[in-house]
Amino acid sequence: MSEALALLALAAALAAAVVRDRRAPEAVVALGAAAVLLLAGAISWHDAVAEARALGPTIAVLAALLVLGDGCERAGLFEALAARMAARAQGSATRMLGLVFAAACAVTAVLGLDATVVLLTPAVFAAVARARLPGRPHVYACTHLANSASLLLPVSNLTNLLAVRAAGLSFTRFAVLMVLPWAVAVGVEWVALRRMFASELAVGREVPPDDPGGLPRAPLYVLAGTLAGFVLAGALRIDAAWPAAAGALAMLAVQRPSPRRFLSAIDLPLLGFVLGLGVIVKAVADHGLGDVVASVLPSGAGVLALVGAALVAALAANLLNNVPALLVLLPAAVAAGPATVLAVLIGVNAGPNLTYTGSLATLLWRRVLRAHGAEPPLREFLKLGAVTVPPILIGATVALWLAVQVT
Amino acid sequence: MRVLVWLTEAGWEACVDAARRLAATDVTLISVASDEVVGAERGALAGLLGRHPRPHVEERIERLSAEAAEALLEAAGGRFGREARRVLARGRVEHLVTGAARDADLLVAARSTRHMGPKSIRHPERFVVDHAPCALLLVWPGGGPDREPPHKPH
Repeated sequence: MSEALALLALAAALAAAVVRDRRAPEAVVALGAAAVLLLAGAISWHDAVAEARALGPTIAVLAALLVLGDGCERAGLFEALAARMAARAQGSATRMLGLVFAAACAVTAVLGLDATVVLLTPAVFAAVARARLPGRPHVYACTHLANSASLLLPVSNLTNLLAVRAAGLSFTRFAVLMVLPWAVAVGVEWVALRRMFASELAVGREVPPDDPGGLPRAPLYVLAGTLAGFVLAGALRIDAAWPAAAGALAMLAVQRPSPRRFLSAIDLPLLGFVLGLGVIVKAVADHGLGDVVASVLPSGAGVLALVGAALVAALAANLLNNVPALLVLLPAAVAAGPATVLAVLIGVNAGPNLTYTGSLATLLWRRVLRAHGAEPPLREFLKLGAVTVPPILIGATVALWLAVQVT
Repeated sequence: MRVLVWLTEAGWEACVDAARRLAATDVTLISVASDEVVGAERGALAGLLGRHPRPHVEERIERLSAEAAEALLEAAGGRFGREARRVLARGRVEHLVTGAARDADLLVAARSTRHMGPKSIRHPERFVVDHAPCALLLVWPGGGPDREPPHKPH
């Protein structure tokens, strides 16, 4: 009974997040469903509070990252960066792609994938359009790298934040183990995009030299300081939430957003959704699904077991979306060891590029919604996903295995 | 003769120059704002589970895409230098161009690249070449192919 109720709660929360109906916001549904599980006794108060306390610091880091990203946008960092890139590209679409890769990798690594999708991509597209270069390769690069380049640092993806805490990995240790898999992922994307968009990237045009102006310095200093704080906190065994909060406060001091803008930036519904989802998944895991997952997820530290774990994680992420998939897989992965946790991260982070909407559920729902409207061609998206994701999953996981052997 | 000139980022200059040499009186320039880029961004936003919706981001990309197509049309009109109808469309590029070609006697289009061989015509140019109902004038972008044509075997 409790098991069915917990699964129903998970389904309701995910459905609300996919459907995105104003009448049933996903945060309300997730928190409401978690409350129902509590009242019905499907999860004990003790377990729910423990889960919320465990998630608290992660949610604080997420909120801080959102504030940092918003501050950078307010300072015009993304616009200035894109304008500089367009000037440096000097009319060459290929050179522009190289610069977009660098920017998308840096933004994803430091501010997380959301910042790349929400803040960097529109700025890049604006600059590319102004330079009269084809937009497709550059926009696809941003949306793809938001996922595949989110392997580098614990702050690059919410999934990493959740996993790094559960696995007890330090900031530096995570980065050291993931730098090679990350490089493989970025390399595969580069080769695939260059080949797939060869004709558009051949475009070059004469452009008069242009002085795009400098980058706003203050937000960059805040970001650099925050990053140094993460490294230092890891070494001193201080919770990453502290440097994150300090960085967010510094950004607020520099940018002074209105209370309304601040509230919009930290996205309280998202924080509520993550909290509710965490409690629901805990209940689901405790009622039998945990055993099922543990039996499905390969648990060895050998290269084949790790690749298997990445593939299972990629499959789960494409069915459920990355964060719920990770939450479901995490307890079994932690029991198997840090290498398995990182292999699962490769799967849930890079896997969603297979369906360009992050999961099959979202993709199908969007097709239903737009059955009679204009939907862009799926072919290109799916083709790019099909040629990049399998080699990234395998290549990056083999690289992870190597990194584990060496370090 | 009704001439339709399809403007793409890679080949619009070559197309306009070819059209100018035709001495036709009824010329239409068409530039399409592809909905593909908007779709890619929309998909990526939908993938951010639990984030509050950002319609302004989608709208911005949509607007930028339309502005870019309009700027292309503007530049082409200036380069053409004579009177021509200007059509700005938005949606699936290949369908819109083949559709517009129904009312034309000749379509002027550019290959996708300067790279000689079958891959010089890729999607969406491939679709337009295969499906355009009228005669077609296919030009090389950037002033010609990137190398000499292969010699005939003796």
